[in-house]
Amino acid sequence: MFSVAAIALLVTLALALARATLGPTVFDRAQAANTIGTVAMLLLAVLGFLNGRPEFLDLAIVYGLLNVIGTIAVLKYFRRGDLGDPGDEKEESTAKEEPAA
Amino acid sequence: MNLFITTVSWFSLTLGGAFCIVGAIGLLRMPDFYTRMHAASVIETLGAGLILLGLMLQAGLTLVTVKLLMLGVMILFVSPTATHALARAAMVRGLKPLLAIEEKTPSKP
Repeated sequence: MFSVAAIALLVTLALALARATLGPTVFDRAQAANTIGTVAMLLLAVLGFLNGRPEFLDLAIVYGLLNVIGTIAVLKYFRRGDLGDPGDEKEESTAKEEPAA
Repeated sequence: MNLFITTVSWFSLTLGGAFCIVGAIGLLRMPDFYTRMHAASVIETLGAGLILLGLMLQAGLTLVTVKLLMLGVMILFVSPTATHALARAAMVRGLKPLLAIEEKTPSKP
C-alpha cells in the first residue's frame, strides 16, 4: 500500500515539474518549486516506510526546513532585487496600494 | 481491530495520493498564477495531511509517530507562510489577477 502512495507522489512530482518548466512568470516557478519540496518531503517519509527504515523521517524534517528557507529567500530576492536589502517600508506601502487603485 | 486500523490507513493513504494528483493537475491546468496557487494548496493541506495520517496509523505509538506529527505541524505552519509570501511578492511586483471584466461591460442593460 505504500507503493501506491509513492507512485501517486511521483506523478504529482512530474506534473509540478512540468509546471516549473512551462511557467510563464517567475512566481509560477517558485510556486512549483515549493510544491516539489513539499511532495519530496512526503515522498521521503513514505519511502522510509516502504524500505522499513523510518529513520528517513529525520531527512524529511530537515528537507522541509531547508525548503521553506529557500522559498522565502528566493521570494525576497525577486521582490527586492537584492538579498541584503533591509526593506523600505515607504516604497512597499505605495506599491501595495497600487493594485487596489 | 488490527484489520480496522489497516483498512483506515490504506484508505487514507490512497485518498491522500488522489488529492495530491488532483492538486497537481490543477497546478498544471489552471489559467492564472493566483488560481494555480489555490490549486497547489490542496496538496499541502489534504494530500499531506491524509498521507501523514495513514503513516501514523501504520507506525502505532512509537517515536516515529511523534516525528510524523512534528512533520505535520511543520507543514501546517510553514506552507501558509510560504503561500502568503508568494502572493504578496507577486502582488508587489505588479502581477494582476485574471478577472472577467470583459464580460461585465457588454451585458449592461
